[in-house]
Amino acid sequence: MAVNDSLEGTHKIIQEAREQQHNSGLIPTLNDFSQELTTLNLGPTHPATHGIFQNILQMDGERIISGVPTIGYIHRAFEKIAERRPFYQITPLTDRMNYCSSPINNMGWHMTVEKLLGVTVPKRAQYMRVIAMELARITDHLICNSILGVDTGAFTGFLYVFQEREKVYEIYEEICGARLTTNMGRVGGMERDFSDVAIQKLRDWLKTFPAVMKEFESMFNRNRIFMDRVVNVGPITAEKALNYGFTGPNLRAAGVDYDVRAMNPYSSYEDFEFEIPVGTKGDTYDRFMVRNEEIWQSLRIINQALENLPEGPFHADAPHYYLPPKQAVYKNMEALIYHFKIIMGEIEAPVGEVYHSVEGGNGELGFYLISDGGRTPYRLHFRRPCFIYYQAYPEMVVGSSLSDAIVTLSSMNVIAGELDA
Amino acid sequence: MAENTPESAAAPQEAAAPQDPQAAKNAQLLALLHRLFGADTFTDVEEPYGLLTVTTTRERIHEIIAGLQQDQELQLNFLTTMCGIHYPENEGKELGMIYHVHSLVNNLRLRIKMFFPIADPVVPTLTDLYATANWMEREAYDFYGIIFTGHPNLIRILNVEDMDYHPMRKEYALEDGTREDKTDLFFGR
Repeated sequence: MAVNDSLEGTHKIIQEAREQQHNSGLIPTLNDFSQELTTLNLGPTHPATHGIFQNILQMDGERIISGVPTIGYIHRAFEKIAERRPFYQITPLTDRMNYCSSPINNMGWHMTVEKLLGVTVPKRAQYMRVIAMELARITDHLICNSILGVDTGAFTGFLYVFQEREKVYEIYEEICGARLTTNMGRVGGMERDFSDVAIQKLRDWLKTFPAVMKEFESMFNRNRIFMDRVVNVGPITAEKALNYGFTGPNLRAAGVDYDVRAMNPYSSYEDFEFEIPVGTKGDTYDRFMVRNEEIWQSLRIINQALENLPEGPFHADAPHYYLPPKQAVYKNMEALIYHFKIIMGEIEAPVGEVYHSVEGGNGELGFYLISDGGRTPYRLHFRRPCFIYYQAYPEMVVGSSLSDAIVTLSSMNVIAGELDA
Repeated sequence: MAENTPESAAAPQEAAAPQDPQAAKNAQLLALLHRLFGADTFTDVEEPYGLLTVTTTRERIHEIIAGLQQDQELQLNFLTTMCGIHYPENEGKELGMIYHVHSLVNNLRLRIKMFFPIADPVVPTLTDLYATANWMEREAYDFYGIIFTGHPNLIRILNVEDMDYHPMRKEYALEDGTREDKTDLFFGR
């Protein structure tokens, strides 16, 4: 009995203390909860953000009232570093921006330098570049769309297409030796010609991939659960998207058919037939569908390029700028000299400024290069599509629930490396 | 400015039409710019690698970008990018901002530059015209210390908040300044 007595006394003390706290306002009561707003830190390392960036959301229950994105967690000062590096050594920096489609970044950078130096690339190299870039676009979209599936609870599709990405990476491996940070190509062309193995792997993959892609699409496109989660989620109008500087699939999902490949063709994109898929509402479902359709269009382009791959050299005859293949360096004195001069940054660029843009995985990826006649850029500015459109994110998710915000984020395909640079 | 445009002034001012289509387009664009904003507004008109480049002043920049956005003929209504730049040896014009605007309808690009003293790095914001200018201006502030008047939230974006300098300015060398082996003298030797 004594034990119980003492417990009763304790209960009483706790009860009194609680009442005191309630009266003083230290502990919220049920009535208070219904009026209180919550501040939620989504990120920086939340698994659902797929990268290091933070969103501070103000929430009323599960509704988002407002949001503040904080970025810069993996800022690596690429623009500053580039001012100290010869042109070739900037290629690895571009790899690390949108690491889901680094060949596009590489080629875009090389084309910018070629424009500055006045180097004309032979047709074969241009077609090879097109193949590499479209492969990169496919992997980029595959990852984005399959992760969107994961965020809505469908893991299977992710596993299906991740295997295909693996196969594409094997093709990269045959082309250049690397998989993720490819450092592909050279100023003036490609590092080496496509080997027979690479061509064979590419042909095999082109045969098997469409079936997988169809399966992936049929898993999602008319899936009731998926559509409930993504239709009318995170919409943005065309006017707003343009005002926010959207490009790429995110803009096209809103209904604007702007594609750099069609409007300002580079690397002989004008030779290929492809369509520009557009959406209507600019919601998450449209973004998903536009990306899926773009994968099919990319496959069309790759098939055309592979069928019509011209004979001829795979690099420009520009020994001052084109880094010679390693085999030539071993045997050829001239190649050795130019290899040394280029690697040591002896090559001086002409004075000038050039803006060149390519259609990256996420939109218009622009390189603005100012050269003062030195060995390094005087100023290099990257127009990173992710950096430009991510600021629209709070506006797109206000009023929706937290789970919708996650889905919107992954359908926008914000890559942290490109966001921060 | 957009409403009182003469109806048929699209003819290029140069009598001899250039053969290059890009040059012809640029001549046409320049003629329109002169008509809209006055010929003395723009200095240093260049066409590096086919992209028309003009220089203006910070007093006019907001008006020009707004006019280009509203103009029905040009429809230069897409702000592609903007970035700051630092030329330490340009006395009185050390800092600059460079804007790229694009017309998605006419497929025209235009580069607008302006320069101002580093002691007074104050320029008007474009956030009232383009939502996308918000972060780009914050980036320029972060890197170069350019202050945009009227910006709703001018704080650092990529660097830490308690940084007390603007790292992209040329006086901050990337390498340790005391190192001798990486000076430009030995660079590439």
